[in-house]
Amino acid sequence: MSKDNQILEELTSKEYEHGWSVDYEADEAPAGLNEDIIRWISAKKEEPEWLLDWRLKAFRTWQNMSEPEWANVHYPKVDFQALKYYSAPKQAKKPKNLDEVDPELIAIYERLGISLNEQKRLQGIAVDAVLDSVSVATTFKDTLGKLGIIFCSFSEAVKEHPELVKKYLGSVVPMTDNYYAALNSAVFSDGSFCYIPKGVRCPMELSTYFRINAANTGQFERTLIVADESSYVSYLEGCTAPQRDENQLHAAVVEIYAASHAEVKYSTVQNWFPGDKEGKGGIFNFVTKRGICAGDHSKISWTQVETGSAVTWKYPSCILKGDYSIGEFYSVAVTNNYQQADTGTKMIHIGKNTKSRIVSKGISAGKSQNSYRGQVQVMKRADNARNFSQCDSLLMGDRCGAHTFPYIDINNPTAKVEHEATTSKIGEDQIFYCNQRGIATEDAVALIVNGYAKEVLNQLPMEFAVEAQKLLALTLEGSVG
Amino acid sequence: MLSIKNLHASIEGNEILRGINLEVKAGEVHAIMGPNGSGKSTLASVLAGREEYEVTEGEVIFQGKDLLELAPEDRAREGVFLAFQYPVEIPGVSSTNFLRTALNQVREYRGLEPLDAVKFLSLMKEKMALVEIDQKLLSRSLNEGFSGGEKKRNEIFQMAMLEPTLSILDETDSGLDIDALRIVSNGVNKLKSDKTATIVVTHYQRLLDYIVPDYVHVLYKGRIVKSGTKELALELEEKGYDWIKEEVDSAATV
Ligand SMILES: Nc1ncnc2c1ncn2[C@@H]1O[C@H](COP(=O)(O)OP(=O)(O)OP(=O)(O)O)[C@@H](O)[C@H]1O
Ligand SMILES: [Mg+2]
Repeated sequence: MSKDNQILEELTSKEYEHGWSVDYEADEAPAGLNEDIIRWISAKKEEPEWLLDWRLKAFRTWQNMSEPEWANVHYPKVDFQALKYYSAPKQAKKPKNLDEVDPELIAIYERLGISLNEQKRLQGIAVDAVLDSVSVATTFKDTLGKLGIIFCSFSEAVKEHPELVKKYLGSVVPMTDNYYAALNSAVFSDGSFCYIPKGVRCPMELSTYFRINAANTGQFERTLIVADESSYVSYLEGCTAPQRDENQLHAAVVEIYAASHAEVKYSTVQNWFPGDKEGKGGIFNFVTKRGICAGDHSKISWTQVETGSAVTWKYPSCILKGDYSIGEFYSVAVTNNYQQADTGTKMIHIGKNTKSRIVSKGISAGKSQNSYRGQVQVMKRADNARNFSQCDSLLMGDRCGAHTFPYIDINNPTAKVEHEATTSKIGEDQIFYCNQRGIATEDAVALIVNGYAKEVLNQLPMEFAVEAQKLLALTLEGSVG
Repeated sequence: MLSIKNLHASIEGNEILRGINLEVKAGEVHAIMGPNGSGKSTLASVLAGREEYEVTEGEVIFQGKDLLELAPEDRAREGVFLAFQYPVEIPGVSSTNFLRTALNQVREYRGLEPLDAVKFLSLMKEKMALVEIDQKLLSRSLNEGFSGGEKKRNEIFQMAMLEPTLSILDETDSGLDIDALRIVSNGVNKLKSDKTATIVVTHYQRLLDYIVPDYVHVLYKGRIVKSGTKELALELEEKGYDWIKEEVDSAATV
């Protein structure tokens, strides 16, 4: 065995940091999926009739759909009847503000490094904390409210702003869009809702922190962000889950609507439990994220750092409907051990003079498989559409795989589409060079990988970028090859 | 300071170093010359701890420690510095960030506090002046797109920052223009003290005009076949290597 492989074997033993779980009394739906369960969830959440109907319609559609198999991932079939679709920590009464939230729940977030105490936050980041199926707290609501910004849990939005929810729900990701989106539409339990009124620049980062705690429970949250004319918001999403032997399902839907001259930046640092080093357990992350640049000169920018999950299936996309609208996708996807990721984006150019930019950096280590799948579609009307795609893959060791699947579909002769792709191996000579300057191998790998992913990390808000850098290093600990 | 005894090393089963003996004392400058492929870079790599090379025989003692037992990063932290013949590019990592990581790991090893940003910057400024390197170069990705000469100058800048005890310069002169050769050599000279030692690998006398060696060695087929003072380099410049090769090769056939 070569020395490198030896190092590889010795060090691929990093532990998942957020693998703990907490016992609390929960309000759970019985396992199984049928119309009664959906009625049960809807009743639990005291939802209006139209929403129940919407869910049921989605469920009936889903029943006639089959699981997509085109992605380059392999996993045991999910038994949808064995899952529970709702689990919420029991609270004596509905908390009206942060002071009334069960301190035990606040402690869970403290332990994850997320402070829900507004005074403790130095920089303004408003957080909506979602635990299993429900939102437990949203911070800075009053501050934001003064500007007319609505930032609350999805359930609350249904109650307080039904007209907005009704107008935009399913407008970007129709319930029939795909298998997991249909499932989510039927059973989604909570998530975040955000509305930025005309001309308002949101003064702080808005963020949702998802935590799965309960066992055998699927998490199906829904996020809806609406940016009205000439508004701006930067939105962050973080997530973790306990370490469990069985796989858990996470099937979220995120919808973004940008009116004319509006700009939305959506950043994710995904750190779901990836399974252990033998490939046991881990989250199946099947997420549908899509934004529509509905108005002229609008812009939507996705940035994602994907480090966790056993299987990831995720393609944050932009529909560039408004003239001069811009879509961006910046992604770092790291896979180690037995992780599998099939991720990328879709840029659909409909409006004239629309522009899109794709920067994807894949990093594979261990026995993992990492695929980029991207589609650039230019419609007939989209004069002067521009796309630039850069897809890089970095391999560590010789047992992992990197794959690139670009699809380009152009229906307008004035379009300009550029695609660049590279594959490289992390160089032994790069590591040795660092070693020779006194840098330990682990730190050398972190340095090289962060350098490789820099263009994407630079897109993240400062605080998040630091966390993402650490996470990259942690995920790859010991995977030198 | 450095004592190499009967060092044999091979790569992929090919023996490249076949019994090197060399003593380097503090305050000395040793030049190693020799034809292409004779094993000069191999010797430098083995001293720095490159893992592709297998040491099959011999020992290397550096300041009382068995150098061959140490991991490459620990050798560096103990004060061994190698200016590479072909410096490596690391995209996305600025020289500044790279050096700060390196310097602080070296300091930690030596039980020193990490340098804060202010102190680090003022140290950078001081050393930048020493090798006349441009700030702009240091904010770019390490060595990426650097010209040959810029890479070499950056190696010496790193050496200045890390203040090693033993510096091994592998053909640092190649790629440097006439002015750069003088500037870089002056930098190396200023870093010398009676507590440090330098090994310069070179093909040309002109570097030795600036960095004057106490000893000159000729490496051929993995052995030091001739040693002398700085006059030996002048003789080689004039006569080439053939006469030494002949001497060695005829001795071997007898
Ligand atoms: N993997 C390998 N397998 C076989 N031989 C190798 C291998 N790597 C290096 N060598 C050989 O080792 C010998 C010594 O190389 P080295 O780089 O040390 O020479 P050098 O003296 O530094 O030459 P130069 O003056 O050209 O820099 C060369 O003949 C080279 O081809
Ligand atoms: Mg050489």
